[in-house]
This record gives sequence, structure tokens and C-alpha cells, in this order.
Amino acid sequence: MVNEKIAIVHGLNKDEYKKICNLLKRVPNITELGIFSAMWNEHCSYKTSKLHLKNLPTGGKKVIQGPGENAGVIDIGDDDAIVFKIESHNHPSFIEPYQGAATGVGGIMRDVFTMGARPIANLNSIHFGSPQHKKTRNLLRGVVHGIGGYGNCIGVPTIAGQTSFDESYNGNILVNAMTLGLVKKNKIFYSKATGLNKPIIYVGSKTGRDGIHGASMASTIFDEKIEEKKPTVQVGDPFTEKLLLEACLELMAGNSIIAIQDMGAAGLTSSSIEMASKGKLGVELNLNEVPCRELKMTPYEIMLSESQERMLIVLENGKEDIAKKIFDKWNLDFAIIGKTTNSKKIELYFNKEKVVDIPIAALVENSPMYDRKWKKTKLPKKNKIEKEQFKNLKISNVLNKILANPNVCNKEWIWQQYDHTVMGDTIQKPGGDAGVVRIHKTNKAVAASVDSSATYCWAHPLTGGKQIVCESWRNLISVGAEPIAITNCLNFGNPEKEENMGEFVECVQGLSEASKYLNLPVVSGNVSFYNQTKEKSIKPTPSIGGVGLIIDYKQMITMDLKKIDNIILVIGKTEGHLDQSVFSREILNEKNGPPPEINLFNEKNNGETVLSLIKKNLIKSAHDVSLGGIITALAKMCIKGKIGIKIKKPNYLINQFEYLFGEDQGRYIVEIEKNDYNKVIEILNKSSIHYDELGIVTEKDMIIDDKSKVTIDELITSNTNWLTNYMSK
Amino acid sequence: MNSCVITFPGSNCDRDMDVALKQFGFKNKMVWHNDIELPKSDLVVLPGGFSYGDYLRCGSMASKSKIMQSVINFAKTGGMLMGICNGFQILVETELVPGVLLRNKYLEFICKNVFVKINNSENNYFKNIKKNTLELHIAHNEGNYFCSDDQMKEIEDNNQIALLYCDENGVVNEKINSNGSSKNIAGIFNKEKNILGMMPHPERMIDSYLSGVDGSIFFENLINNLR
Repeated sequence: MVNEKIAIVHGLNKDEYKKICNLLKRVPNITELGIFSAMWNEHCSYKTSKLHLKNLPTGGKKVIQGPGENAGVIDIGDDDAIVFKIESHNHPSFIEPYQGAATGVGGIMRDVFTMGARPIANLNSIHFGSPQHKKTRNLLRGVVHGIGGYGNCIGVPTIAGQTSFDESYNGNILVNAMTLGLVKKNKIFYSKATGLNKPIIYVGSKTGRDGIHGASMASTIFDEKIEEKKPTVQVGDPFTEKLLLEACLELMAGNSIIAIQDMGAAGLTSSSIEMASKGKLGVELNLNEVPCRELKMTPYEIMLSESQERMLIVLENGKEDIAKKIFDKWNLDFAIIGKTTNSKKIELYFNKEKVVDIPIAALVENSPMYDRKWKKTKLPKKNKIEKEQFKNLKISNVLNKILANPNVCNKEWIWQQYDHTVMGDTIQKPGGDAGVVRIHKTNKAVAASVDSSATYCWAHPLTGGKQIVCESWRNLISVGAEPIAITNCLNFGNPEKEENMGEFVECVQGLSEASKYLNLPVVSGNVSFYNQTKEKSIKPTPSIGGVGLIIDYKQMITMDLKKIDNIILVIGKTEGHLDQSVFSREILNEKNGPPPEINLFNEKNNGETVLSLIKKNLIKSAHDVSLGGIITALAKMCIKGKIGIKIKKPNYLINQFEYLFGEDQGRYIVEIEKNDYNKVIEILNKSSIHYDELGIVTEKDMIIDDKSKVTIDELITSNTNWLTNYMSK
Repeated sequence: MNSCVITFPGSNCDRDMDVALKQFGFKNKMVWHNDIELPKSDLVVLPGGFSYGDYLRCGSMASKSKIMQSVINFAKTGGMLMGICNGFQILVETELVPGVLLRNKYLEFICKNVFVKINNSENNYFKNIKKNTLELHIAHNEGNYFCSDDQMKEIEDNNQIALLYCDENGVVNEKINSNGSSKNIAGIFNKEKNILGMMPHPERMIDSYLSGVDGSIFFENLINNLR
């Protein structure tokens, strides 16, 4: 018999259990309770975040589908559309890194091809604990193998990503996976079921006992018994997913499908309920028809399994044979398991008995929504750095140290394990500002990047939230793409704690403000709370996936310096902001202070002007200035181009370290030809843009103010060795 | 020139190969693994990917696919048959070329540009290529070529080594051998040199905006040799 105690074991609280009994006007049975717990947990119901997410801008001229579907869709012209989304798989990846990360990639690709799109690019944002922590090395290796193991097998290139290390992830790593897919505008599929008595089809893998309560597990914090949760982690089979992808796209080419939904978090439960809810219909399923991998599975297990590579489809009447033939061809299970009804209820039968009878509205519209208490984070006071502190520092030493910093260093060890060239359209590989893939057989290309700045968000969530959107925008512009829209993955601690909830609320405010100003609507995303082990929560880590369009891929820009004697400009004003910079944290060992300020007007003006220069073919290479400031950005451009540079700090009042290592926002470094100099300066002046003329490209070596000299080989060694050495221990 | 590319469940470079072959003038057809007969072809290609999910052993299940009997007959009667990456793995499983492909030395998938030295150009694949080394692209987890000493002797006696991993100057040494292959072997022929298995992907190097253009040299030359 179900009671309050059992409800609490299912992650529901007393009030929620009471509410369920009131809605049903009776005590639920165990399967029904399982279904409520799956639909009402944080992961599926967004009960904590809903109220705040409402403020994000989600619409716009180029938005075909905003949040609320399997993924967002944007218009890229000529009847082409891009479907994309980012999603977290944090908890499973900490418990079982290979499978956790692999199924994260599998899940997000399914979200994209469910909408009729062929996936064309994968990205990921992964965050680990301190490199000194005993678990970090194995977690990193497992996650990278998992991401590669799944994505490589499907044959979708992994074109960009981000990896960071911070001790706040020691007990709770983050794995966020993003996928972009391509679809024709008139061939987009949705999850809304319409029509009565339409057959409901189950396709893909068989249902097993893996991943039961995965979504609930993702909605709790970790403790020392976490290893016991291993059975809640799903096990992926990329081969089946590849078959499922091809079979679904083949079926989608015809006109048999009314609605389609992948079985992701909370499996058959959420997929069937979402389809019915969107169509204001009911569903009736016979659970004896569900293909099962194991014997004697109960309705409870069938409904809560998170076995991977499964889809639910509402078909047009009479199309069953056509559909079955396609799934037979691809050796996949195909079963008619139920139909749509007008009951507005979910009714499940097992062994001819009705085992579940719940109004859809009780599960969806009546799900809880919380306005949790939250605390504002004050802007920290600026640090006053004494001249003394700079006295014994040598530019070249500091630069080499920063280039070797785990958060700045070259991540080739990671991305060489991802197939980034399959599909034959990757024109900018990982390691640049954004990955770029061509739209097959056209002149168009899409750029995508994924960014997060947990340190800034931790110091001041409102500013940090704005900053990531701006960084995403800059990364897209740096490759010559016009930014179109973003997707967000909001990774936070325990929302029941006021500080953590405050971080969430203010980061979202920041995101919202910046994305409104820059006209970058948020078209999809997900929220991951409870990223916490015992009392220690992660730094607030919203990840932003940005997507932009390049009309003619021949105009794409890369960051490698191109030609000797070309002129180097810094676009945007440098104030020398060192608080929260890599320099302050790693060299001065100062962890406090405010993050760099965001000036949205300058951000927009600088970005749009750089983009217009690119479109006029006036820019030869470009790179945005981020971690480690101007000098780090320049070093990376030298490394990529295997060519030198000679620069002079302009006569500002700030000192050399502040100028070179400051992390002021809204800045780009661009390389221009001497002959174009006047034209470029005229455009910059006309747009009232501050710029510094920094120096010229030279044959070899980086020479700073005629005094400091670093060879390119030295830069390469500093930048590339850390990760390889670390992983070979 | 007619060519065909076999699609197995789990193949994922089949489209890329189709694009490449067409770009250089082949009339290419896609053939499903469950078919029995091959269309009339001057070249048959087993593409890269993860046929049957690499389950059991890479290439092992695909080597028993229905279409493979026709492919084997085609090759045994002198037809030009090329296996790239997973296609190479299928070729060793059918024993059309000698040896096996083990997991990479460091047990990690490797995706990057490599240089390969053309070791034998007395055949329709490499005859008339003006360069001694090509820059191609690899993307594999099991490309570590291995064979017995006896087999190696036979391979060398018959001049069956097609490609060797080398540096950009064409020097073959252990340092640049990233997957651990015996003698740096990147590609191998059958005795008659009508069958070629190789790990690098020429189809990913056919456009200056991609990883490079040496794949173009390979395909252009190949179709000219077949004409």
C-alpha cells in the first residue's frame, strides 16, 4: 500500500503527496506514484525554475520554435532550418563517467532528430574538479571516452567544446552536450498528438531495468552512498541509435507521422504524457505490448525505465505497415502499444487489468510550481593591487604560466579523441573561437560555440550571466558568423538554499538582459539543480550554446595570424580589470573581487562593427579577448599561425600587466593588411569605436615593448604540454 | 567509370565517399548490405564507420553480410576493391588482405591529419601520383596493424605495403607512428594489388576548406588510371 513514507522515498515531499491524493481523490497505487514522482521531479517539471525562465526572450524573426519542444528551431534562409539544444548529464557522469557522458550525447542527438533534423554537429561543455583531486583524471578520461564513443560511432562531428577545472566540481562534475541538426522548414516534426484513435507506436531498443528513476536521481544531492546509485545510470548503445536515426529519417520522408517524441528522462511516462498533454488528448497503452529486454518486468518498471534509443510515435491510421517495414529493414523493434483517446487521461493496462488511471492535467498543469526564497549577491569590492605586487614579475614567465593553466591550455588531447571531420563539412575544427560546419552542398555555414564562466558567475551572478551571453556572441562574430540564437544549460546547486537559488535567479536575469539587448533569443535549454555533494555546491555554471550563420563560407575567419607586416589592432577599450582574472587568481593568488563589467552598448557596437569589417573582407584573422587577456589571445594567434609578433603597449595610465592580462569585456584582436589600414580606421572612427594599434606580425618570436621576448616554440610548449603530461601520469 | 559504395548498418562515411567519388567523375551507386548482387562497377568501396557497432570485432560481422560474397567474387576476379578505415577492418576479416587491426597503442581514438609515404606505386591506385607523400586524415580506434612474422615476410616479399605513416618530409620513424602499427603500416594490398585496405580517409581531404587537398590528388589519379 502506498503511503506518505513511500512517497518521500520517491523524492516527493509531504505536501506534494497530499496534493496527489487530492487530485486523484484517492491514494495512488505504486505505479501511479512512480509516474507522479517522475513527472513532478525538478528535472521534468521545472517546478523551481519555471517562474524565472519566463523572463528569458524566446521569440524573434528567425525563431521557428522556441522552448517547449524537444529542441529549438531557427531559420537560416532558403527553406533550411537549424534544430539545436544543449542538455546536462551531470549526475550520471559523476557516478559512471563513460556511460553517463555517452548517453548524454545520445540523448541530445535524439532530441534533435526527433524533430526531423539530421544531426550535423556536436559540442560539449565539461567541468571537472581540481586537477589534484584523486578522481579528476579518471573522470576526465571516462567522460572523454564516453563522448567520443557515442558521437564517433553515430558519425556526427564534434566540432567545439569547453573544458574547465575548478575545485567546486570535485564532488559533482558537469557534462553538458549540445547538438545541431539540419532540417527543411516544411519537414519539422513536433510532439503534439492530434486526432482520436491514432495508433501509438513504440520503436527502437527494448525496455530494460536500466535507468529506473534516473530523472529523480538527477534531482537530488550526492552523499557518500552515491556509488549505490549506479543502477540508475542508463547504458547507451550508439549502434542502435544510428539505426534509429536512419529509420526515423526514412519514415519522416513520407507523411505517416503525426507526432513523435523520444523517450528521454522518465522514459515512456513523460513521452506519452507530453504528447497527450500538448494535443489535449488522452492515451491508452497496453503495457504487455511494450518490447521488454528482461523477464517479468512490472508496469512500474516499464513506465520508469530510462533505457536508451527508444521513440514513441503517433501514426496516421493505415500507415502501420509502411512504418513497420522501415523499422524491420533497420532491425529495430516496432510495436503498436496503444492509441490516442478523448479521455484526457493516461490509462494503462497490464494483463488485461487497468493499472493506471490519471488525468493528464493532474500530472502536467497541476504540477507544483515554487517561488523559492533567494538571496541577492552584492557586487564585491574592487581589490587595490599594490605596485609592489608587480615588481618581481616577468611578462614572459607570467605568460608561459598562464598558457599552461589548465583552464587556458590547449585541449587537443581531448578533441583528438572526437571525430571532428566526419560528414566532410567541418571547415573550422575544435580549438578556434567556434566550430564551423558547412550546410551540405551550399555556400552557407553555421558556427557554434559553447561557453561558461563559473568564476565570474560565482563572484557576481548578475554580471556573470550577462558575460556568458556576450562571450558566446563574440566567439561567433570572431569566425565571421552573424549570431542568431542561443540555448542554455543552467547548472546550479541546491535551490532549497537561498544562496544557490539567488545565484540561479540573478544569473538568469543577467542572461535575459544580455540576450534581449543583443537580440539573441533563447530557443531551448535545460536546468540542472542539486549539483552538490553534501554541503558543497558547485559554482553557478550556466553554459551557453550559441549558433550563428555565415552566408558565404569563404568569408569565414580563423584566428591564426596570416602574414608578416600585417597590422594588429585591439578593438574595444582596455581598462585593466584584473579582479577574477586568471592573472589575479593564479599569479597574485587573489580570489576575491568583482568580475569585469559588461557594457552592452559597447558589446553590440564592437561586435557589429567587427562583423561588418569581416563582410567587407578587411579582416585577415580575429580572436576575442577572454581568459588571460590581450597577451594570451595574441599568443594563441601566434601559436596557430606559427608566426611572430612585435607589440607595444599604448600609452595608457594603467601598467603593463593590467593592460596585457586584464580581462575587460567586449574586445577583439584583429589582423588587417597595411593597405586596408585607412579604410578600417575610418569605419572604426565612424562607429565611435575605441581601438589600440598594437603592432605588426613578424617572422618569428613574440616581442613585447622591445624588452621581453618569447619564442613561438616556447609558447607552444607551455600551451600544449600540460594536459598531455597530466593525462599520461 | 562506375563505382559503388556498400552501406552496412552502422557505416557512417558512406555518404562522404559517395560525395568524393562523384566529385571526381565516378558514376557512383549506393548498395545495401542485404543485397545479393553488385551493380556493374569498376571500383567497389567499403566505407568507414562502425558497421554493426564494432560488436564482436571491428568489421567481423560485416564481413559475413549477404553482399560480401559478391564483393569477394568481384575482387577475386581482379576487380578494384578499396576498404577505408572500417572498410579496411572488414577486408582483414574477410582475409582478402593479410593481418589484423588491433586497438591503437594508447587505447584512444585518434582523429587528426597524418602524412603517409607511398610505398608501392606500381598499381592502379598510386601509379602516376607525382608526390611521394600524401597528407591524409585518420579517425579510428582500431588501426594498429599487426601480422605474424611469416606474414610480414610474405607481405614484404610481394611488395604489398601500400602506405606507411611518415613525417612531413617522408621519413618513416617510430615517433610519428601514432597508433602503433607494425612497421608504420597505414595501408596494404593483396598480392595482386587490386585490393587496397587503408586506415586514412582520402574522402575527407578533397577541398581546401576541409583538412586538406591530397585526397583530391588520390581520387583524380585513381579515375585516370582506371580510364
